[in-house]
Amino acid sequence: MTAVAKNIILIGGSAGSYPIIIQIIEALPVYFRAAIIVLIHRNARYETHMEETLTKKSGRVISQANDKEPILQNSIYFATPGYHLLVEPGYTFALDSSEPVAFSRPSIDVLFESAADVYQKDCTAFLLSGANKDGANGISHIDQMGGQTFIQSPDEALITTMPLSAIEQSETSTIYSNQEIISYFRNLT
Amino acid sequence: MAKLTNAYITFQELDEIILLLNNISDYDLSGYSKSSLKRRVQRIMALEKMDIVDLKNAITNIEGFQTFLMNEITVNVTEMFRDPDYYTALRTEVFPYLETFPRIKLWSAGCSTGEEVYSLAILLSEANLYDRSFIYGTDINGQVIETAKKAIYPLKNIKLYTENYIATTGANSLSTYYTAMYDAAIFNQQIRKNILFSQHNLATDSIFNEFQFISCRNVLIYFDPELQKKVLNLLYNSLSEFGFLCLGSKEKLLYSDLRAKFKLVNRDFNIYQKIK
Ligand SMILES: C[S@@+](CC[C@H](N)C(=O)[O-])C[C@H]1O[C@@H](n2cnc3c(N)ncnc32)[C@H](O)[C@@H]1O
Repeated sequence: MTAVAKNIILIGGSAGSYPIIIQIIEALPVYFRAAIIVLIHRNARYETHMEETLTKKSGRVISQANDKEPILQNSIYFATPGYHLLVEPGYTFALDSSEPVAFSRPSIDVLFESAADVYQKDCTAFLLSGANKDGANGISHIDQMGGQTFIQSPDEALITTMPLSAIEQSETSTIYSNQEIISYFRNLT
Repeated sequence: MAKLTNAYITFQELDEIILLLNNISDYDLSGYSKSSLKRRVQRIMALEKMDIVDLKNAITNIEGFQTFLMNEITVNVTEMFRDPDYYTALRTEVFPYLETFPRIKLWSAGCSTGEEVYSLAILLSEANLYDRSFIYGTDINGQVIETAKKAIYPLKNIKLYTENYIATTGANSLSTYYTAMYDAAIFNQQIRKNILFSQHNLATDSIFNEFQFISCRNVLIYFDPELQKKVLNLLYNSLSEFGFLCLGSKEKLLYSDLRAKFKLVNRDFNIYQKIK
């Protein structure tokens, strides 16, 4: 059985983030120690087949995070549309259908804050392109808890509102070019 | 860098609050998902401008604060015909079976402000089953139960409910069932007649009737696996033979001993039928 992940890498994205998320997933090595959680805003009322498409493209299983499911090493999870995704102290997921945050459910802020509370310094996050301010509070909370944060460079993000509002709030976050983001994931161990 | 606000608590401080409530009130939050509970408590602290000391003081000393806290902690977000395809599945896969029962008792456990209960009533009435049905709606939160009893909803919500209703391929127009007054819609007596709302705590209260149909949707996600199991056992024991159990779209029946006592009726919407 695969072991529970002791570090976590979060990816939050909205409008314009899908292309780089595909590149990230294609760049991943066969084995890495962390768990990767992807939260991309999408409308819960329409089926997308993102997980199936990416599973086919990458040849590895990519599924939605289930309620109370253990967070495992070397795994990629996507946030379920329509529910907030949170992390429990025992390294499992929890879903929550409370009010949207920053007009979003799932909200990047909610995931980032809750993952940082549990994983603390072992929490790393990437915030990508998007047209709203979700994620900015989450990024600064991760900074606060001692984790590491990276923001997609507004020069390259397709839509800059999300990266810009996070950069404005955070002092310790690192700005990464697309190339840097992709090589970070390519070199995961 | 933003500073952690006074409304921030650690998991350890959350445990202290849970313990305090256990010691001095009837509220037992020990089986709730910690991450979501922590957010809710922090939210109340921010709104009330309290730090952890203020919060503990209020719980101990302010009359009515414990109830206020519980009402604010519970997540009451709901809508009529939430997940329209679930209701379509009820009509096509569950009702033909319910029809064979002479009397149909239904329980909506964790019904919040009642939208789910009235949706069921409408669906039953369109299937000509409502006259021999009775629906119990229960929730831990006394405030939402009072709202549910009134059957009055803001017109601005009705737009979404109408879209949902249409998506269930309902036979009529939703407006057949309510009267619009100013900015609110009040559901008609014809829909409200066979319903009883009351307060019931799934974590601590016991069985109160036997049902042919139980819906407990979007409630279990707020519980840890141990409490989920306990509540599922309570629901199992409240079902008659061949009764139906409907969970939320993201709430699968995972625990193998319990799972073996049910037949899976619909995989997408987690509809089960008791077989032993
Ligand atoms: C998100 S609402 C679900 C409403 C509706 N079933 C639906 O799916 O739209 C969850 C409800 O569960 C209730 N709840 C939480 N803990 C409970 C408990 N221990 N016993 C009974 N109800 C509880 C909350 O008060 C809330 O109204």
